[in-house]
Amino acid sequence: MSIEVRNLNFIYSPGMPGETVALSDVSFDVPDGEVLGIIGHTGSGKSTLLQHLNGLMKPSSGEIYIDGQCITDGKAKMTDIRRKVGLVFQYPEYQLFEETVARDVAFGPKNLGMDEAEIEERVRGAIGLVGLDYEEIKDLSPFELSGGMKRRVAIAGVIAMGPKILILDEPTAGLDPSAHRDILAMVRRIHDEMGIILIFVSHNMADIAALSDQVIVLSEGAIALRGTPAEVFSQRERLETMRLGLPPAREIVELIKSKAPAFKSEALTIDEAAEDIRSYMEEARG
Amino acid sequence: MIRDITLGQYYPGDSMVHRLDARTKIIATLLYIIELFVVNNFWGFLIAAVALFAVVAVSKVPLKFIFRGLTAVFLIIAFTFLLNLFMVDGRVLWHWKFLTITYEGVSRAFFMAVRLVLLIIGSSILTLTTKPIELTDGLEKLLKPFSKIGLPSHEIALMMTIALRFIPTLMEETDKIIKAQQARGADFESGNILQRAKSLIPILVPLFVSSFRIAQDLALAMEARCYRGGDGRTRMNEIRFKKGDAAAAVLMALFLAVIIASRYITL
Repeated sequence: MSIEVRNLNFIYSPGMPGETVALSDVSFDVPDGEVLGIIGHTGSGKSTLLQHLNGLMKPSSGEIYIDGQCITDGKAKMTDIRRKVGLVFQYPEYQLFEETVARDVAFGPKNLGMDEAEIEERVRGAIGLVGLDYEEIKDLSPFELSGGMKRRVAIAGVIAMGPKILILDEPTAGLDPSAHRDILAMVRRIHDEMGIILIFVSHNMADIAALSDQVIVLSEGAIALRGTPAEVFSQRERLETMRLGLPPAREIVELIKSKAPAFKSEALTIDEAAEDIRSYMEEARG
Repeated sequence: MIRDITLGQYYPGDSMVHRLDARTKIIATLLYIIELFVVNNFWGFLIAAVALFAVVAVSKVPLKFIFRGLTAVFLIIAFTFLLNLFMVDGRVLWHWKFLTITYEGVSRAFFMAVRLVLLIIGSSILTLTTKPIELTDGLEKLLKPFSKIGLPSHEIALMMTIALRFIPTLMEETDKIIKAQQARGADFESGNILQRAKSLIPILVPLFVSSFRIAQDLALAMEARCYRGGDGRTRMNEIRFKKGDAAAAVLMALFLAVIIASRYITL
């Protein structure tokens, strides 16, 4: 499984007073099994890009290939694309509608035309994968659950469709710190266990640094920066002109570097920073 | 697709029409609609159409924008046209089995269609050139005298403000929910009527839940800012009639006279 995006352009309401270029000449590849993090300021085109990747939006020009198959030529069957590419919107808990959790999670697989036995197996697997107890939760109303649990159920609804590519739009938005940590750990577990391509958008630079193999920075609909988290987060000035920042651990490391020139570190996560600081202090002590 | 509905939309601008008091525009629109039913011949419609397009030209709202609002009600206009065409008795022009077209039917159908088109353009000019908030403020002031006989004018105006304010919000919400369910493989386009109606459930349930959430949040936010109804409430921007409104009133009176006179034109 792989994704190739070639010269993607998208213009909102062309020829009307509100004409805006939402995506301009976006190209990138995502190889199998990779985690791609997307960052960008509000209105930079992140959500528009995600919606193109599973055929919800049609580009004004350009192509997208999923596993070598073009999905933008108008010939591809939508159910085939949706089966391969699972998209979880921002605040997905607002899409829940069924009477029980199990039936809500079964909505996607049912739409794909699977038989009863397979649906049940998928639902059970997906609910387990998002860290919930199937027997305990299956007959509850999704509206009775807590915010964090609702979100897990909504994500399970997409996972149950068995996607080979999972796209998450700000999966941790609006959650308290402990739910945030849980969802992040869950996302990592889903990626590792299903062995899929994971694409996620986040405003949290620490999450991006911790999860991504590759990072894309969008600015005004175009790719402004691209590379590994280490490469992208070494461009502090560029990021700041786009009103973006560094992961908090890196901020601290940079602050220490400005006070103590002998300190060398490229840490992005708290653990890396702690390790670098510890070895620096041990060296200083002799 | 859901974004294409222009009915009730505001087109930002700073033309003479935009600057008029909302009350003037509401009265003018009402008067225009009544006049459309006073008109009974070709010359009257010509005058009414010319006057309307003069206002459109002054308002600087692009024609494309105005006609886009018409496409939404095209079916109703077409239906009215056909109904009048075949249902009116009189001098027979054309006859086939049970279908009969009469001379009177043709003229009635044309007049009715033109009347509807002018009516829709006329009222959309009101909403296109008036901010929703000005519109409801104007309406509240106009209805104020009726509060003496127990009409809750402030509450009616507030309900309208809220309804107008949340049309775009709910449309956006609907759009989002439709997309989310499509991403889960939902299909809204195929199947018979029953299946299609059933496929709306995954949209309607989340939409209702969202509406209740929004309503609750709004009520809380209003209460937090000490909202307690219209009694003794003052405004930051009091609306006042200006010179332009006087000019508009004169034009409206002239137009009314011309329209009434047009009934007696025989050429």
